[in-house]
Order: sequence, then C-alpha cells, then structure tokens
Amino acid sequence: MTATATRPAPPTPPARHARRRRFSRQTREMWVLMLPALVPVLLFSVGPLLYGIALAFTDARNTRNHETSFVGLENLGDLLTAEDFWSSFRIGMIWAVSVTGLQFLAALGLALLLNQDLRFRGVARVLAVVPWAMPPVVIGLMWKLVYHPDAGILNSVLGTHVNWLADFSLALPAIIVVGVWTGMPQTTVVLLAGLQNVPRELYEAVEVDGAGRWRKFWNITLPQLKPVIVAITSLDFVWNINQFGLVYVLTQGGPGGQTRLPMLFAYEEAFRYRFAGYASMLGLAMAVVVLAALGLYLWRQMREAK
Amino acid sequence: MTVTTRGGAAGLRRVPQYLALLAYVVFLAFPLLWLLSTALKTPREMALADPTWIPREPTLANFADAFGEQDLVGAATRSLVVALASSVITVVISLPAAYAIARYRGLVNRIAIGWVLVSQVFPFILIIIPLFMILRDLELVNTLPGLVVVHVTFTLPFALWMLQGYVRAVPAELEEAAAMDGAGRIRTIVGVVAPLLAPGVVATLLFAFISSWNEFLFALVILQDPDVMTLPLTLVRFTGPEGVARLGPLAAASLMATIPSLIFFAIIQRRLKSGLMAGAVKG
Repeated sequence: MTATATRPAPPTPPARHARRRRFSRQTREMWVLMLPALVPVLLFSVGPLLYGIALAFTDARNTRNHETSFVGLENLGDLLTAEDFWSSFRIGMIWAVSVTGLQFLAALGLALLLNQDLRFRGVARVLAVVPWAMPPVVIGLMWKLVYHPDAGILNSVLGTHVNWLADFSLALPAIIVVGVWTGMPQTTVVLLAGLQNVPRELYEAVEVDGAGRWRKFWNITLPQLKPVIVAITSLDFVWNINQFGLVYVLTQGGPGGQTRLPMLFAYEEAFRYRFAGYASMLGLAMAVVVLAALGLYLWRQMREAK
Repeated sequence: MTVTTRGGAAGLRRVPQYLALLAYVVFLAFPLLWLLSTALKTPREMALADPTWIPREPTLANFADAFGEQDLVGAATRSLVVALASSVITVVISLPAAYAIARYRGLVNRIAIGWVLVSQVFPFILIIIPLFMILRDLELVNTLPGLVVVHVTFTLPFALWMLQGYVRAVPAELEEAAAMDGAGRIRTIVGVVAPLLAPGVVATLLFAFISSWNEFLFALVILQDPDVMTLPLTLVRFTGPEGVARLGPLAAASLMATIPSLIFFAIIQRRLKSGLMAGAVKG
C-alpha cells in the first residue's frame, strides 16, 4: 500500500530494547499461543479452501465412488457458456448492488435523524438494531408471513391479491426490500458512530460563514464520513453477494430462477446435482469477481483521497 | 442527553424530520408486529379472507402447539448444545492466539489478521464443498460434533479479531509492572490480565454463541437427517405446502427462536457501536 509509505515512522517505545533481547523466546511463546487456533483453521478452513480451488479444475462429483480426474479449464468453459449461470450472475449483481445502495441511503438517512436531538429517537434506535438480532431464517419466515398471498398483511393493506414471492417480475424487488430491512442496522450503527466522530469545530467554522444545512452536509459531513462509508459499503457488498440463507428461506431461488442468487445456484449444483467440481469453479469465479470489484472500488477511493 | 426546550418555530421546522423518523419506525416495526400478530391468532382466524392487525380472539395456543410440532424441543436442545460447545471451544482456543497477536509484532500476526479479513470475502460455497467431503471421510456428516467443528472454524477469525482488540485495551505496562514485582508469567496473566479481560471474553462468548445458534447454511449441508437437525433447519421444514393452518405455530416458534439473540443484543448494545466501529474502519 502506498498510503502507508508516506506516513512518518512511529516513535520507538523505550521498552523496545528489552523486548528485542527476548526475541527468540518470544517467537517460541507466540507459536505455542497460536497453535490451538492455528490447527483448526489450517485443517478446516485454509486446507478446504485450497482443496476447493483445486476441485474447480477437476470433474469431481459429490458422491462416494467417483474417479476424479483433472480437466483443466473445462468447468470454466462450461460455466461461461451456461445460460443459467449468466442469468444467476445478473440476478446476483442486481441484488447485491441495489441492496447495498438502498441500504446505504436508508441507513444514512436514519443515522442523520438519530444524530439529531429528536424525541422518540430512543425507540427508533432500539428498533434499528432488532433486525440485526434476529436469526436470518426467522427474518425470512417473518417476511414470508408479510408477503403471504392469503394470510399476509401486505395484500390486505394494499388491497391487492398478489403472490409476491411467486410473481416473475415482483419476486426480486420483494426480496430486495427484505435485504435492505435485514442489513440496515449494521450500516446505520456504523454510520451513526462515524457521524458522532466528526469534530464539532468543523461545523462551527463554516457556521461563521453562514453555511446552511446542505452545505454543511456536503462540505463537512460527507467528506469526513468518507472512510467509514467506503468501509461499510464494501463489507455490505461482499455480505450481500454471498447471501444465501435469507433468500433460500424466502423463495429457494424461485419462481423459475428469478431470485436464484449465485450462491443458491452453486448450492444446487453442488448438493442437489452433486457437480462438486463445477460448483467449486462457480465459487472461485465469484470470489475473483468480488475481489476484483472490491479492489477496483477501494483503489478508486484511495486515488481520489490523495 | 441534554433536554432542551424548543420554541414553536424550531419545533415546526422539525416536522419533516419527525415524519421521516416515523416512516423508518413503521418500516422497521411492521414485519415484527405482523409476526407477533400471527403468533397470537387462532387457526380459524388465519383462514379468514381479510387478515387483521389485532387478533380478534388472541391465544397463546400456538406457542404450546409449536412445542408439539416437528420435534421443536429436540431441535432447540441440539442448537443449544452445538452453540454452547462451539462458543466455549472458540474462545478457549482463540484467547491465547489473540493475546499473541495483540502483544507481539511480527509476520505471523500480520498473516493472522490478513486471514481474518480474507475469510470475510471468500464465498462459503468454495469451502463448504471440500469441507463436506472431508467431514464425510471423517464420518462426521449428520453429527453434531461435525457441525461444532465447522462453527468453531468459522467463528474463530472474528472472535480472534474481537479478543485481540480487548487484549490491546489492557495496558502492557500493567503486565510489566507485575513482572517487576516478581510475579511469574502465569501469575501475571491470571492475576492481572484475566480480570480486565473478563467482559471482553463474555462478549466474545455471546457473539460466538449467537453466530452458531443462528447459523443456517453449514447446518443445511452437514445435517441432512431430520433427527439431528438444529432449530433453523427445523423451522424451515415447518413451512410446507399445507397452507395457512400451521402459520400460527410457525410464527410462535420463530419468536421463541429469536429470544437468545435478543438477550445477547440487550446485553452488548452499548459495546456494539465502539467495537464495530473499530472493526469497520480498520477493515
């Protein structure tokens, strides 16, 4: 990272000399302390990850008796020519981008309100955290009750008779609303904390110039909040593109694959049709796409910041 | 919080803000209220054409019925066992590592922190396929220990991240002072560090417990036999094509499944903001 190179070196603490003399003992100690955590991470996380990347280049089947052989980039070729993959990918992108964007806008609005001295904001503050506290499965089931064609409240309130989650064009927007509801709390809490860290003096300085509310927001609040915004929208995007449980409970990817996010697609390929190699390639491709998108976004933000 | 008296003009200017706040409250609260309302309705009322917000004849029968359905008590017990085991194991093995990361500089702890971040980005599917194959070879598929192993592995990075933050908050000078006074390494840690670390350890335990209690995808893949399913899986199996009759018990069971997380959030609400903030900005 180039940003760190320009920063002045931190002052050396006086205890540094004593520490250096104990170096080898410290290294040994550190390894002993790390070992209990390192073993399970290597065995069940790093190992499987490398294994999974390797599987992506084989024709592995998720069954007991199958001779696995190396097939090179065949899975990738299959993937790139598969129409259902591209439709799943498109749906995943629409989902992740719109949920992340709407989540951010809604959360920013709520955080700005909660940062004001309003009555009843305590109620809103508690409510804003509740979705966070709920198991994703329960959130999915709860919204299923809201969207239920016969016993749901939404049709009753709107006076419609729509089967929201089974409608070809409405299912995706319907689950996007649930996605926004689910992810708003984290984003709001982070943005609110960011708002509270903006130094008061900055506002006072422009108030002298007679700046209005909008100018204060554009010239002080947003620029000050920028690092927090970049961090939380990146995280939200990654969480959203990897979303599984919520949508699995709501629609199982239906109707007709209209809400089949990439992770649902991969899950079906791996555990229903048992194409382990193909599904691994799908996971790998998604990881590459996510990392590339994230890298590009962070790189642009950092370049702008300079 | 300071309470200021507001003049009429200032109060009027705030009307749009209050309306916006109200809109948020409605959006956030209405699904929750609907869940509660559904949980209190009789099957007969559920079948009526026009659903109402307030149940006409509120009943707690759904909560009782929920216990009889689909072995919900068994599922809740299994979830409890898995969550307790994975949270305790997670904290026990990540505490020493967190201490090492917080106190010593070097390549290893930079790699550890890098792994914490990378583990947030990688799609689970890439790990769960080989993991499923490994667990199958170890005969751990369809067993609770198999799920515990997975939950420990995947809660570990964030637990480590949380704990090393708490260790950092304990001044190293305190330890050095204790060592000066002739206290041994173990006595320093047990007598000086541990008491200061206790609240952070409790918070991490609770976090790990809730992560495991709520977890769905790994459980779905690893536990395919209905006799070993955890609560989230059993709740999902509740919804079948049977229609509206069972929605009441489903809503009641969903509410009960949320109780542990609500308790957790009530406890850590104050810590939440600062902890998450630090994580977000550094991440």
